[in-house]
Amino acid sequence: MIDLHGYGPRLAEGALITLELAVLSLALAIVLGLVTASAKMSRNWLAQRLATLYTTLIRGVPDLVLMMLMFFGGQIGINMITDALYERFGWDVFVNVNEFVAGVVTIGLIFGAYMGETFRGAFLAVDSGQIEAGRAYGMNHWLVFRRIRFPQMMRHAIPGLSNNWMVLLKTTALVSVIGLTDMVRVAAEASKATREPFTFMIIVALVYLLIATVSEWGFARLQKRYDVGYREAD
Amino acid sequence: MEALMTWLEAQLVDNSIFTLQTLGYYGEGLVTTVQLVFLSLIIGLVMAVPLAIGRGSRYRWVSLPIFLYCYVFRGTPLLVQLYLIYYGVVFVDGIQETWLWVILEKPFVPALIAFTLNTAAYTTEIFRGAIKSTDHGEVEAARAYGMSRGLMLRRIVLPSAFRRALPAYGNEVIFMLHASAIASVVTIMDLTGAARFVYARFYAPFDAFLFVAAIYLCLTFAILYLFRYLERRLLAHLKPASG
Repeated sequence: MIDLHGYGPRLAEGALITLELAVLSLALAIVLGLVTASAKMSRNWLAQRLATLYTTLIRGVPDLVLMMLMFFGGQIGINMITDALYERFGWDVFVNVNEFVAGVVTIGLIFGAYMGETFRGAFLAVDSGQIEAGRAYGMNHWLVFRRIRFPQMMRHAIPGLSNNWMVLLKTTALVSVIGLTDMVRVAAEASKATREPFTFMIIVALVYLLIATVSEWGFARLQKRYDVGYREAD
Repeated sequence: MEALMTWLEAQLVDNSIFTLQTLGYYGEGLVTTVQLVFLSLIIGLVMAVPLAIGRGSRYRWVSLPIFLYCYVFRGTPLLVQLYLIYYGVVFVDGIQETWLWVILEKPFVPALIAFTLNTAAYTTEIFRGAIKSTDHGEVEAARAYGMSRGLMLRRIVLPSAFRRALPAYGNEVIFMLHASAIASVVTIMDLTGAARFVYARFYAPFDAFLFVAAIYLCLTFAILYLFRYLERRLLAHLKPASG
């Protein structure tokens, strides 16, 4: 049996944090991605430009640099705002940046940009006749989105979505550098303390592989679900 | 050069953070980043070509290990791979007595190994996809000419596969540039390492990280335009015909 030197429970906790972080940032990224895609396709010039600026900047800079900017700069930035509030209005607020929340926000913000591109392509792939038909039925904008555009868009978005999820999952490892105790950080500490890096790092790698394999299977099921009514040419 | 330096110095006189010294750190960091990325990409590329061919081999004992290699390296974070190699290399029995230790002692080589293995796995998958999508008619024509498998690969399959792989490979290059920021974690003074140093020294996260973000952005755009130029040159025949 593998000797974990008592690091087992902490490693499991770390794995849970990794998973929570990944799922919550995925949710945020999907919301941001939908907003970005809508902004890019809107007729509003300002919304278009802002969305393009957001996706270009985020995708041009390494995740780790963005993360450090948010983590190290976030608290100072918020302090500046609260200081200004105190000076002008006498409001005494103190906001302490929680590491976990900061991690979710940062990763969500990064992958929102990638999701935006995925969703934009998927929305454009929906047959415009479908949308016209919906309008002809007297559906309003939101109803067309919910009943027609979104379900059909998802069919085209799932391959990109699954890809982004895999990258996101691996990106969560970076939070260990900044101070969140995810499983990579626990494993790094354990490696140094016990001088057995292979044991701990290989376990962590296997957990990542497991999550990736399970989610690959999940996405295949999801694709099947959204493919109802379509047949691939063979 | 001398005039440029004095001009630069005059510009920076009122700036407490971006002195010539810190700019020097960023400059050295840029060199390290570019070296690391360039070397790992080149070695990874050389490794990926035979691996991609072997990945499609009929023999399972050839294709299965390559599949597993790609699966593991694409399915785990680069940071974990880096830690594994960086911390792990010390514990290989007797390595500290050999000549290898002289180079492995510095973090640059373990990082280079991790990055190379990682990019080779991704590039293998990219090439495999491109090789698989070769037009079947081309392969049949080559066979009809009596070409051997090696000749066919060299003359027919690989040249067109490389071209088709170009857009995806461009993304991989940018991905590698961004991934290289991780090198700073194992005390390498790359671009991000320089930024972290400046941040720690002056406690100025915005100056330190926004400046380095701008450098990365410029590098990303340079790679983007290089690949767009290459695609225009090499993939011209695939463009839809227009009047």
